[in-house]
Amino acid sequence: MMRSEIAWMILGMGLVTYIPRMLPLAVFHRVKLPPFLQGVLKNVPYATLGALIVPGIFFIHEDIWFGVLGFISAFVAAWFGANVIVVVLASVAVLSLYALI
Amino acid sequence: METILATNKLSSFRQGAQAGVSIAIGYMPIALTFGLLAKTTGLTLTETVMMSMIVFAGASQYIALNLLSLGTGTFEIVLTTFILNIRHFLMTASLNEKADHDALWKKALYAFGITDETFSVAATKEGNVNAAYMFGLIALSYGSWVVNSGIGHLVGASLPQSLQESMSVALYAMFIGLLVPSLKKQRKTIWLAGLAAVVNSLLLLVFHLPKGWAIVIATLLAAVIVQYIAKESEGKHDA
Repeated sequence: MMRSEIAWMILGMGLVTYIPRMLPLAVFHRVKLPPFLQGVLKNVPYATLGALIVPGIFFIHEDIWFGVLGFISAFVAAWFGANVIVVVLASVAVLSLYALI
Repeated sequence: METILATNKLSSFRQGAQAGVSIAIGYMPIALTFGLLAKTTGLTLTETVMMSMIVFAGASQYIALNLLSLGTGTFEIVLTTFILNIRHFLMTASLNEKADHDALWKKALYAFGITDETFSVAATKEGNVNAAYMFGLIALSYGSWVVNSGIGHLVGASLPQSLQESMSVALYAMFIGLLVPSLKKQRKTIWLAGLAAVVNSLLLLVFHLPKGWAIVIATLLAAVIVQYIAKESEGKHDA
């Protein structure tokens, strides 16, 4: 069952989510940007990752040590060359242990 | 020739799907909780699954539930969603720089599946990304998101609390796992991620900016400043 008001909301949300995802790909399709702008856009992933991780990770639990411990275990696992899936599983495992104690 | 092309496409798809496994795991607790919350907010199963299928944006969907329960109007919910998703302009523009020259319709199709997580995985991948890779990556992420939203609503419960709590670190751990290899290789990455992290924290915690704006401003500022400094020092070496 689907109420029409909710349906419109979902469609509207879908549209305003899709537009920012699609527009740059369509507009810059086969367009060569100026070098400085290219450089900035190449920097974006690493800057984004920094902002996606901090401060969010420290607020996943009321107990701030949850986030701190998760951060450290993921960082250590990744530093020693673990595959991303292993990094994920390792930090979940460490936090499960911590929750038990 | 055609067989070679087909094999390449298949292996790209598979490579993308493999990279999507961590996202699928990370989406699980969030999507299950979304389904559960949607139920308590009064959405039907169809509405819940449709929202995950059509919107496919975690943070926006959570906020929509929150606003719905406060009795906020449709227009305001859609507007809030838009503001939260402005950051994807920046991400897709960045991804476009390393996207293969696939047909426009293919790009328009995989654009639908670009989230913080799929973007991060694709953008930190070595070399270019093609449509087949993106389809593989998105298939797993999208599948996990939609199916787990439905399960959350149906079962009416999320994971056991302790597992739910420890799994909430999954996506952050994935982001760290994507960032660290480049951190070891390039000093520039430390500055980019560090600067963006500090600015983002300041904007959120001190200036209480909405999350959508904070991440856009922090990312842009870090990317521009580091690029400017890199260019300056390059110029000096040339002289």
